[in-house]
Amino acid sequence: MFKGLDWPAIVLYLLLVGAGIVSIYAASYNFDNAGIFDFNEFSGKQFMWAGLGLLLGGAVLLLDYRVYEAYAYPIYGCVILLLIATIFVAPDIKGSRSWIVLGPVSLQPAEFGKFATALALAKLFDSYNFNLNQKLSNYFRALMIIFVPIILILMQKETGSALVYLSLIFVLYREGMSGLVLFSILCAVVYFVVAVKFAEPLVLGIPVGEFTVLLIITLIFCCMLIFYCRNLLIARNVIVGYAAAGAVVTVLDFCGITVNGVVFFLIILGLGITYVALSMMHGRIKQYLITIGFAAMSVMFLFSVNYVFNNILQPHQRQRIKVTLGIVEDLRGAGYNVNQSKIAIGSGGFAGKGFLNGTQTKLKYVPEQHTDFIFCTIGEEEGFLGATAVLLLFLALILRLISIAERQRTPFGRVYAYCVVSYLIFHLSINIGMVIGLCPVIGIPLPFFSYGGSSLWGFTILLFILLRIDASRKERRD
Amino acid sequence: MIGGFICLLVLLYIGRLFSLQVADDRYKQNAMSNAFLRRVIYPARGLMYDRNGRLLVFNQPAYDVMLIPKDVGKNLDTLALCDALGITVEEFHQKWADMKNPRRNPGYSSYTPQKLISHLSQEDYGRLQEKLYMFPGFFVQKRTIRQYSSPAASNILGNIREVSARDVERDDYYRAGDYTGDLGVEKSYETVLRGKKGVEILMKDAHGRIQGRYENGIHDEAPVSGQNLTLAIDMDLQEYGERLMAGKIGAIVAIEPKTGEILCLVTSPNYDPALLVGKDRGKNYAELVRDPYKPLYDRAIQGAYPPGSTFKPTQGLIFLQEGVITTSTLYPCYRGYVNGIRVGCHAHGSPIALIPALGTSCNAYFCWGFKNMIDKRGTKASAQFEKWKNYIVEMGYGYKLGIDLPSESRGFIPNSEFYSNSFRGANWSANSIISVAIGQGEVLATPLQIANLCATIANRGYFITPHVVKEIKGGHLDSLYYHKRRPSIKQEYYMDVAQGMRTAVLGGTCRLANLPGIEVAGKTGTAQNPHGRDHSAFMGFAPYNDPKIAVAVYVENAGFGATYGVPIGSLIIEKYLNREISPARMYLEERMLNSNTIVSSGVKKH
Repeated sequence: MFKGLDWPAIVLYLLLVGAGIVSIYAASYNFDNAGIFDFNEFSGKQFMWAGLGLLLGGAVLLLDYRVYEAYAYPIYGCVILLLIATIFVAPDIKGSRSWIVLGPVSLQPAEFGKFATALALAKLFDSYNFNLNQKLSNYFRALMIIFVPIILILMQKETGSALVYLSLIFVLYREGMSGLVLFSILCAVVYFVVAVKFAEPLVLGIPVGEFTVLLIITLIFCCMLIFYCRNLLIARNVIVGYAAAGAVVTVLDFCGITVNGVVFFLIILGLGITYVALSMMHGRIKQYLITIGFAAMSVMFLFSVNYVFNNILQPHQRQRIKVTLGIVEDLRGAGYNVNQSKIAIGSGGFAGKGFLNGTQTKLKYVPEQHTDFIFCTIGEEEGFLGATAVLLLFLALILRLISIAERQRTPFGRVYAYCVVSYLIFHLSINIGMVIGLCPVIGIPLPFFSYGGSSLWGFTILLFILLRIDASRKERRD
Repeated sequence: MIGGFICLLVLLYIGRLFSLQVADDRYKQNAMSNAFLRRVIYPARGLMYDRNGRLLVFNQPAYDVMLIPKDVGKNLDTLALCDALGITVEEFHQKWADMKNPRRNPGYSSYTPQKLISHLSQEDYGRLQEKLYMFPGFFVQKRTIRQYSSPAASNILGNIREVSARDVERDDYYRAGDYTGDLGVEKSYETVLRGKKGVEILMKDAHGRIQGRYENGIHDEAPVSGQNLTLAIDMDLQEYGERLMAGKIGAIVAIEPKTGEILCLVTSPNYDPALLVGKDRGKNYAELVRDPYKPLYDRAIQGAYPPGSTFKPTQGLIFLQEGVITTSTLYPCYRGYVNGIRVGCHAHGSPIALIPALGTSCNAYFCWGFKNMIDKRGTKASAQFEKWKNYIVEMGYGYKLGIDLPSESRGFIPNSEFYSNSFRGANWSANSIISVAIGQGEVLATPLQIANLCATIANRGYFITPHVVKEIKGGHLDSLYYHKRRPSIKQEYYMDVAQGMRTAVLGGTCRLANLPGIEVAGKTGTAQNPHGRDHSAFMGFAPYNDPKIAVAVYVENAGFGATYGVPIGSLIIEKYLNREISPARMYLEERMLNSNTIVSSGVKKH
């Protein structure tokens, strides 16, 4: 059973879960001095969940790796059915219908959807001669597997958990999807943030954010000409032309004649695109098309952002985005949680206030302090040192899992491992990002730390299936 | 690629953590104001005793209802709160509006404790305490307010009030809502009496509920009680003086000459210090301010009056010192000073020497002396007058004496420049200003300054700055109140003047002060003034050879010095030295206690 197990990963797992129990104890410590293992306290319950989780992990290890391969689709099917059932039977808890209540125990099926989806995706990529880029329908099948649980979980009104599945896009990238897709997503995020956040002051008659995005698009256009199309002649002509145009506009502006920024950029980008299009006969047509398309799409995206933001988003969504981007400060409403959590973490200082000495978290200034905002307690009581240590533990685990993924000999093992890595990265970046005020507040737990049996068990099963598959990699057909 | 991404991300987050936790201090301060309630523990204010150990001023508990507005829930049960506080809903809304009004409460912030109601009684407090748990954000702050064992001496004791915005600005110690001394010893010894505030650091949760003491109170600071004061005042004498002055406007100042300690400092009319304590302070204060007889005005140290004939001893001293006269110099008095101008006098023998001149309070004598000094051959009047003025100032006139009470007046002594200006450069001589020689004209003095002169003569040549605080328990008085101040006049001249004052009691103007068994020396004063009848003044000391008390009495618009000043002054002396009034003088006491000069003073009621 233990043969070939990856012990570094197990040690990191145990460290994280142990630190989690201690943090939960600290977070829910309320001056009554109950013991850490008291089963009436969150920490005691989490200890119980962790113990049972280890048993579950052991059970997972006992099964043959082929079981997971063979039953990947049935498991996926069962979980999908469970997710469907949840929509109808789950009671409304704080606006979400994602918990199945079985007597004293509540279960969140969305947490168990993660490993099922990972198995199904791995199974798909493991099918004979499967190549993502071979047929468009292969993309479709992969996206189906990902989006069915997303839609079901969205129907349970559990947006955070649903978004987690989007992280599987990393897996697609690893399995051959073009990096341009990831790059485009990154660009879209940057455009959106910059355009929405910096409305003041005006440059060339347009908001500085919009100006900056147009500038970035122009720069990316030039860079793509150099590094992607690799036509230095065209690139040189375009860049020299743009520099000249930029100089003229600057001089005009200095003399008091302001050229409208939008008009200016549209003209130079349009000229550039036309010029590149006319030069396409010299080969590498695909790269030229993509470069042109990227620039054009970027501009269109930019102009639709304002429209979407002002006309399509709901006021509370706009508010949340504005608070996250620091445009408005709303300390009593949407910004309360983040402000309080920043205060808690910020007050920790370099070395922290000491175990159980945190005041902000103890006194319940931070909401959800033992679940989604558990990182606050660490930041407050253990300071910069403790918080950094936890981040490094996560980093070590993720890097270890990536190396495990890369040593798999079958697509099944590799894809499954990358699924686990993607989930962890997403949870880590969003959860801690929100606690330290870098991401919008999306209610997802910090893996292994946040209080809750479903989350802990979900991640335990996820990890231990990977360990089982990894341990058996040498028995596989080569 | 993915590995690189996650490494970058973790690095970014660590950077963010660094900026939040290490580089930025703001969050630590926020956390402090968030989670800690710094509850001030007010120290007990110092007590005051009189010179015989009688307790005069002490503390009583009062309770202020405080709240932190942001912690007060939206679902505040106003009715239940009003019921617990014993006020109506309208009053509650009024108080709430006052609290939020930036003009009335400039320190308002929804994050800091604000006072809603001051001075809750013990009974109301008990009722509220039971229900306080129902009102998050509310708490009760225990304070002490003053209580007085006697309705007298409010002008000396002073009172306490809430600090103003200016006090808070001037002194870091104060926070809005603190108390500070106002008037009297409470004000002048504020830093001694107030002690040092302590602080208790409590933790409150997000709902404003107190969760206990931070780290079991190791960061708390215990308050330090204010220091107790022993006043120089003899409260029995003070009360007696106030009874004598009832129905009259004026002041009595009695000093122990050897120490400069003020035995009583009576101003009349006065008010009960208890009026300025508690809920009704504001209302009562406004009423006292409006009172036409100005009870808040301490006539003993703030009233600047013409000293009249009580000024004559100073003249005798100066003339002797300057060699203008000797004790055997004789001046004529033809029912007054007749020398181109005329200053009237009353009937007595003529010519007359210094000692009988003091005894009979002869105007002419001092006018002649003044003329011979100012118009001395070969000197300028202005230079001579400056010399004269400097002696007067040395004797404590013209400037604040430096009593340990606020708002002392300096009186008025003109200098030569003053006359040069008022005569517009024209030549002036002694005759032009002759009335200052008899304490009239431009010269003004406070009753305290008159008493101080008397103490100086009693000491035969020195005085110690008069003061009302005898001892600070565990502290030291200002050295000013130990040092002898000596005017540059020889002691033997003081002996001569003292003899003149003794003559006045034995056979002159102060015969009513001739007490059986006590050798009293005295000087009357009858000061003309533009406000109506003459002011009646007296100064005297006793016993003659070992003075234990020097007293000055000033009664506004009461006529001759002998009618009110002498009887009151002699009763004070007798009361202080014998602790009782001899049966033979009971009639005099009776007359003084029951007389009323306000009605007959000729001063119109406002």
